Amino acid sequence: MTHDRSDPAPSRTSTADGHSGGTARSDDPRRSAAPSSGCPADIPLSVSDLTVAWDRKPVVWDVAFDVPPGTLTAIVGPNGAGKSTLLRSVMDLVPRVSGRVEIFGRPYRVCRDRVGYVPQRESIDWDFPVHALDVVTMGLYREIGWCRPIRRTHREQAMQALDRVGIADLAFRQISQLSGGQQQRTFLARALVQNADLYLMDEPFAAVDAATERAIVDVLRDMKQHGKTAVVIHHDLQTVPEYFDHVVLLNMRVVASGPVREVFTSDNLQKTYGGRLTLLEEVGEAMRRRERSL
Amino acid sequence: MATWNWQFDGWIILTGMLCAVAAALPGCFLVLRRMSMLGDAIAHAVLPGLAAAFLITESRSSPVMFAGAVVAGVVTALLTEWIRRFGRVDEGASMGVVFTSLFALGLVLIVWSADRVHLDADCVLYGALEFTPLDTVSIAGRQIPRAVPVLGTVLVINAAFIVLFFKELRISTFDPALAAALGFRPGLMHYLLMVLVAVTAVASFETAGSILVVAMFIVPAAAASLLTDRLSSMVAISALLAALSALLGHTAALELPRLLGFGSTTTAGMMAVCSGGLLFVCVLISPRHGLLTRLVRRRLLAWRILQDDIIAVLFRLQERGDHPETNLQTMQSILLVRPAGLKLALRLLQYRKLIRFSGDAVTLTAAGAAAGRQLVRAHRLWEQYLASHASVDAARLHDKAERFEHFTSRTLRDELDAATHAPRIDPHGTPIPDETPADAESG
Repeated sequence: MTHDRSDPAPSRTSTADGHSGGTARSDDPRRSAAPSSGCPADIPLSVSDLTVAWDRKPVVWDVAFDVPPGTLTAIVGPNGAGKSTLLRSVMDLVPRVSGRVEIFGRPYRVCRDRVGYVPQRESIDWDFPVHALDVVTMGLYREIGWCRPIRRTHREQAMQALDRVGIADLAFRQISQLSGGQQQRTFLARALVQNADLYLMDEPFAAVDAATERAIVDVLRDMKQHGKTAVVIHHDLQTVPEYFDHVVLLNMRVVASGPVREVFTSDNLQKTYGGRLTLLEEVGEAMRRRERSL
Repeated sequence: MATWNWQFDGWIILTGMLCAVAAALPGCFLVLRRMSMLGDAIAHAVLPGLAAAFLITESRSSPVMFAGAVVAGVVTALLTEWIRRFGRVDEGASMGVVFTSLFALGLVLIVWSADRVHLDADCVLYGALEFTPLDTVSIAGRQIPRAVPVLGTVLVINAAFIVLFFKELRISTFDPALAAALGFRPGLMHYLLMVLVAVTAVASFETAGSILVVAMFIVPAAAASLLTDRLSSMVAISALLAALSALLGHTAALELPRLLGFGSTTTAGMMAVCSGGLLFVCVLISPRHGLLTRLVRRRLLAWRILQDDIIAVLFRLQERGDHPETNLQTMQSILLVRPAGLKLALRLLQYRKLIRFSGDAVTLTAAGAAAGRQLVRAHRLWEQYLASHASVDAARLHDKAERFEHFTSRTLRDELDAATHAPRIDPHGTPIPDETPADAESG
């Protein structure tokens, strides 16, 4: 676990100390604490000892990393490395076997409104009868509240977000009538209206044209300038150093995490993408074989 | 005309409409959640709940019976989910296991108790819409079929639920992950919807029967989804189609046997048939994927292209200056179309004031010449572009340009012009006309 020394984020050990105090978690997460005190409320996303398993087969094993505030962090790893599962378990969408996830020092369930989410495009039913503006307005549903109607101000807010990603003229198109890039921008706009402090994005750059990629990067940089934090699952290794300042290399467990220039090394990439089975996978495989033979 | 008795048939149609609309409303969300089968499963699986409640209370109108059926419906939804998760089979398979077993259990219960209580298996399966006016209750001094207030209440509950939770249903159906992330409890919405489906299924039993109620849930909703791109209009259209299928269904049940010369038929059965017919019509005329829509659209495009071709031919002839007027035969030999089609296209062009007839001969009007100029310009610019930028071989240039010219706007022409450095002649050596004629008085 490497951290930039000049980084305002505290190191892992101090995070753990903060938690052990017990009172730290009940603090107002928006309270500004001195960085040196290592108050976990400063850290947008802190994951420790996280294990997620499907059918007793671990998908994410003993994962721990911190995302420092105001950074763009890429999660990188081969297919099946558990990247989506990791993001989904951060949002309590999949049950964890063990571990702790804290958003600004508090459990996700009490600070949902500080987290924005861009889903993977495969998970969307594109034939659903909604147009782009409907989709963006969904980002405001929590603000609108249970059983309350959507008002014009909400639609205007959604329209502004569509304008910010450059597709305001397509607001009333059914979503399957949009190109891949426009669809991705729609979901980015939805995350934007959530006006969150931490954004989780599941492959926003998948299957988009160069112009959309540019637009998404611009929005990400703009977010960063406004002190927002984004955690992005990313596939294109070549653009990692250009787009992101932090990276988590994941292959079921964390191979390395930290500032891109320190941990994004060919050695670490070799470890992440190398074909060799890790010891953990070997023991998992052995356990399953044993189970089957019983 | 078969004999209509409005006192009687009016009630039947109203009951049918209430039943169909009440089912169509939650049906929309079943269709969108790709859970049509779950509606089917619940409609079947409430049977043992009904039978058990009936055996206990020995009354058909009791709220206990409703409760029993609702419990059975929710148990179906839970069991399906449970078997899917722990049996590691897909949802369809686990549903198949649950609802067939529960349905069979229900049938056994009914048959077993047949000598003790009056509950007709036929009625449960196929419904008895025709007999609903005979079973009345007195409300405000008037005799009203018992099914009307029951189904009316269910309809109001369903409508109220959808209006009140429209936003929540939309988000939890479209994106359960975001719904959960925003704290909207998609699981809760799912089970509330299942409760409504079960309640509707029970209330519709006597009317539509357990098999036909499935058609009421799914078919109008599926048809509506073909007609619109908005969820709210889909719900409204499905309700309209449901009501229409009830009206058509009863009419067909009364009239068809006489017209076709067979015995009697049932209203509920004909309602299902009619909603199927409406679905078929929607498949044909759906604005986005309709078979007929696509056919019409293709036909219209062919017409437009033929008109464009005529204009372009006339312009080329005029350009050469040897045939200022052209007759039908010449044009037919150039365009290779049937005379009837050509004549119709010429009439349309005349109507659009692009050509002028003088006896048998045809000349372009000023507007027609301008349109022809643009088409020919687009054609030759495309040839130039394809030759210089896409290295298409000379033999195929014309065919490609012939296709593209019909879809080339002014801005696209200007872009082509810029990309090919404003050429004066095309690859075949023919001059490319300017956007507007050089000397103002010609044209």
